[in-house]
Parts: sequence; structure tokens; C-alpha cells
Amino acid sequence: MEWLLALVIGVLTSTGVYLTLRARTFPVVLGLTMLAYGVNVFLFSMGRLTIGHPAVIDPAVGTYSDPLPQAFVLTAIVIAFGMTAFLIVLALKARCELDNDHVDGLDLAKDELPLEKSHMTNEQKQQATLIQQESKE
Amino acid sequence: MHLAAWPVFLPLIAGFIVLLVKAKGLLWQRVINLLAVSGLVILSVALIKASSSGAHQVYLLGNWVAPFGIVLVLDQLSALMVTITSVLALAALGYAIATDTDKNGAHFHVMFLILLFGLNGAFLTGDLFNLFVFFEVLLLASYGLLLHGGGRLRTKAGLHYVIINMVGATLFLFAVGALYGILGTLNIADMAAKVAVLPEQDLALVAAAGLLLLVVFGIKAALFPLYLWMPIAYSNTSAPVAALFAIMTKVGLYAIIRVHGTIFGDDAGSLAHYYMPWLLGLGLLTLMLAAFGVMASTKLREQVAYLVLASVAILLIAVGLNSLLALSASLYYIIHSTLIAGGLFLLADIISRGRGSFEDRFESSYAMPRAILIGSLFMFGVVAVTGLPPLSGFFGKLLILKASLDHQWFGLVLGVVLVASFLMIITMARTGSQLFYDVLPVSETDDKSNNNEISGESPNRVSIIAVIILFAMSPLLVLFAQPITAFTESAAKQQLDSKRYIESVLSKQAVEAEKE
Repeated sequence: MEWLLALVIGVLTSTGVYLTLRARTFPVVLGLTMLAYGVNVFLFSMGRLTIGHPAVIDPAVGTYSDPLPQAFVLTAIVIAFGMTAFLIVLALKARCELDNDHVDGLDLAKDELPLEKSHMTNEQKQQATLIQQESKE
Repeated sequence: MHLAAWPVFLPLIAGFIVLLVKAKGLLWQRVINLLAVSGLVILSVALIKASSSGAHQVYLLGNWVAPFGIVLVLDQLSALMVTITSVLALAALGYAIATDTDKNGAHFHVMFLILLFGLNGAFLTGDLFNLFVFFEVLLLASYGLLLHGGGRLRTKAGLHYVIINMVGATLFLFAVGALYGILGTLNIADMAAKVAVLPEQDLALVAAAGLLLLVVFGIKAALFPLYLWMPIAYSNTSAPVAALFAIMTKVGLYAIIRVHGTIFGDDAGSLAHYYMPWLLGLGLLTLMLAAFGVMASTKLREQVAYLVLASVAILLIAVGLNSLLALSASLYYIIHSTLIAGGLFLLADIISRGRGSFEDRFESSYAMPRAILIGSLFMFGVVAVTGLPPLSGFFGKLLILKASLDHQWFGLVLGVVLVASFLMIITMARTGSQLFYDVLPVSETDDKSNNNEISGESPNRVSIIAVIILFAMSPLLVLFAQPITAFTESAAKQQLDSKRYIESVLSKQAVEAEKE
């Protein structure tokens, strides 16, 4: 089964690298998540793959599986989870403030309009401001 | 509690308290933060004193013996780093309070203290995975601080900074995993002991993992080609945060000295110091590019960020020279460059405020209020940072260049360092005359308020004092050069003697429970 695990780590990592190099924030977030998954499986396998052995040393059973990588993975999962949550909020903030989701905040795609214009035409906008003014009065 | 544990837990506890008193208003948060940071300064004096005996002081967390538990190790190098951090933090905090930077958003003081917690933890820990955790702690706090206050440019710079550091964290885990898979331990001392007796077939894998770790620390230390995030991030954040971040690049450097220096030290057989040519070569490249960056900057804060990059590059070169003299010189230069760079960031902000709507762009503006005082300070800072006599930058560079004479690449090192310094001196002279001499005439008829321009504000007294405190360290470093170089030399000696480090960490006995 070692080849399957190696394959999974490889696929996760390469997907992660590819997505991280994309120009939009959402693929980048996904890519970093994939990388985190890849590294978690990698860390887990670094305690050597054993089947059916307890993590806590038991005199009755001669062998045990290394508990430390599992603790590492747990820490890494928690940290990656927190970081990803933070990054998603930051990406949303960047989307709002920079008007598009390019990682450099530049280069709108040809068919893409800036955020505030994308939802309504100019006439609709004027109407909206009129309605606002009326409601104030 | 053991002395080595205090600098880690004091900011953490103070951070919690600040969070709890949030409802009581900003004044309470400021007072508690100031008390905590002043406490850290006093504590670091005690740390220096305790460490100067030359013995490693090991604290076993939870009374677990190394290599099974996590250890905190206090030696001269870590005591020095903690001291620099707390002095810098005190000045940055004073400036933040004086200019009301902390009013621009919530939780400034909490993140400030948690950043100090992460920094001190990273300086004191003796465990590689624990170092990773502390890196994440300080990074998460730094994300918050970087973005504090908001703004479009800040968000953009923050996004880059967060993404590259998350990639760095992943690489760190890969390196840690690979090293654990082969060595079966993550205690730095134990790893060093295991590398010394490594079987032939595992050498390549450990070497690869070690270089991967160098990439991770290179991201933190802004080593070429991984420095591109750094000038943007530093020049777009608020001044006190940028000043505090002057220590952040040095964390990467410290990690290289500590982790690589200990694990791949003299006893590592064929892996001994194998990463040094990389460090030296890339350091030289970084320095050259940093000098070009200084010349090409269009804003003062960007320029200062490149000056920080140049100082880190010089440090990387000094560490890469791989000798006792060079390491001792680099420790002297760390003290100088961190504090002066912090001061320059604060001064750049004062100048930017003084010039009103012209901010810190290099174009003619109206004279700023108190131009003579600020101009003199600027000149002082520039003399220090570019390494002109009689200030500490000159002596730091001189020590490093002297150490480089023994190295086979000495011609290249001398050439690059001197040319880069020359370029920086010329550029900073140009900057100074642009900012302070190229002044628009103020005519009576030209009413500024009609031109839709904000006139500059006069600098706050406390903020000037914060800058002066940081700059005053430079002449002090010269005046007390003898005891300071004696200290850095013994710190370097202690660091290079990895055998004693290994021995004192692994032989530390657990504290016996008191019998009743």
C-alpha cells in the first residue's frame, strides 16, 4: 500500500502547487489547503506505516506505532485550519477593497466589471440613488 | 518559574489581560502593554546577566526530560536576541501610543504582545517543532498587525505576505517531517547528536531536508530570491509595526544560526557546514539587489525597507563566512542594524506626516515643520545605517570585512559589500537633499487650502523621543564597543561549540518532586 500513499501525497502536493500559482485568490486558497492536506499525510507516514499497533505503549503487545507524528499532524491541522480561515476572510476583504479577486489586485478580465458596476447598469444606479434620496426626505 | 520561561510567558499573560480589560478602554490596554514591555526590558537585562557565565540554562517544560519533552534553552545568543526585541518593542510601542496608531482598529495591543510571545518563544526554544509553532504564532500576530488600520495597499501587501508565509509553513512541515522520519527526534540537540553518527545512505535525504529548511528560514530572512514580499509589506504597514518587523527578518537569520549551526556544526561529518556556500552566495546577490532597490525606490518608506533588506543581506554574508570572528561581527551588526532600521521606519513616518499630502514621495514639497531637528535626525540615521564613521554601522561592517579576509571568496565579498554600500550612501544623500532642501516656495497669494492640500503636522514630542532612543544605541554601541564585542565573541564561541549545547540539553535532569 506504500505506493498508494506516496501517490496520494504526490497528487495532493502537485495539485496544491499548481493551484497556488494561479492568479485568482480562490484557487490559491484551495491550493494552500491541498498543500496542507498533502503535508499532513506526509507527516503521518513519517512515523512509518504500521497496521493494528496501539499508539500507547502496552506491555501485552510487543510493538507500538509512533504517536509523535500523530501529535504533529494534529497541531498542523489546527494551525492550517486557522490560517485558511484567516486567508479566506482576507481574500474576501481584498475582493471588496481592490474590486477584483486577482492576487495582485490588478488586471480585470476582459468580460469582468469592477465590483460596484458589475451588478447594475448606470440607469439602475441613478434610480437607486434617487430612491435613497426620496427615502431620506 | 525558571528565568528562561519568563520572557515567553510574560507577554502571553499580559496579552490575555489586555484582552480582558478591553471593555475598560484604551488607556488600560496601553498601561498594561507598557508595563509588560518595560518588564521585558528589565527581564532581558537579567537574562544577559544570567547567561554571561557561559553555561546553557535549560528549562524542561512540564518536567519532561529532553529529548522526550520540549526544552527552553537560554544562552548568550538567545538572551541577546530577546534584549534587542524588547528594546525595539518599547520604542515602537511608545511611538504607536504617541501617534494614536492603536486607535485605528481593535486589538492592537493584544497582537503586539502575542507577536512578542512568538518572537521570544522562537528565540528560546530548543525544539524544532516547537519553533514551527512559535513561528506560526508570531506570523498570525504579524498578519493582524500588518493589516491593522486597513487600506487598499495594505490589504494587497498583506495578501502576498500571508500567502508566501503559508507556503513557507507547508515547506517547514515537509522539512520537519523528513528530518523526523530519518532522525526520529526533533529536539535540536538530539538531532545534532544523531546527525553526527548518520549512516551513509541517509546523508542525501538529511541534506535535502536541511536545505528545504534553509528555504523556509530564507523566506523569513528575505534571502534572494525569496525577498520580493518584504519591501512591499514593510513599506505599506503602519510605522510602529514596520519598526517592530525589523526584528522579524532577524528571526529567520537567528533560526539559521541556531538550527543549521547546531545540527550541521563541526561534528556533522560530511554534512558539516555544507549550506554555507548557499548562504554566502545568495547573501551577496541579495545585497546587490537590495542596493539597486534602494536606488530605484520612489518612496522613503520603500527605501528604508530596502535598507533593512541590505542589512539582512550583510548579516547573511557574515554568517556564511563561517568563522568565529565573522559570527561575532554579525551579532554586533544585528544589534546595530535592527535598532537603527526600527528608528528609520519611525522617522520616515514622522517625515511623511510632516510633509502633509506629499507624504513620503520623492518630489518637491513645502518645508515640513521642525525641519532642522528632523533633518539632523535623518542625517544621523543615514550615517549609521549606511556604515559611515563614526557610528556603529561603520564598525559593524569593518568587523565583518576584517573577518572576510580569511575566506577564499574575500575579493568578491569585499567588492560587493563596498560597492553596495557606496551606492546606498550616494542614494541616501540624494534622498536627504530631495526631502529637506528641495522645498517649494510658500507665496502669500498661494492659499494652501484652496489647492486641496493638507499641510504637514508638527511632530509629537514622544514620537521624536522614541526615534532618539533607538538612534542613541548607535553611539552607545561605539562607546561600549569593547564590552559588547567581548560579549558577542563569547556568544559566538558558545554557539559554535555545539558539543556543549548537546551535552547540557541532553544531560539536564528532571526536577524531583518534593517528598512529604
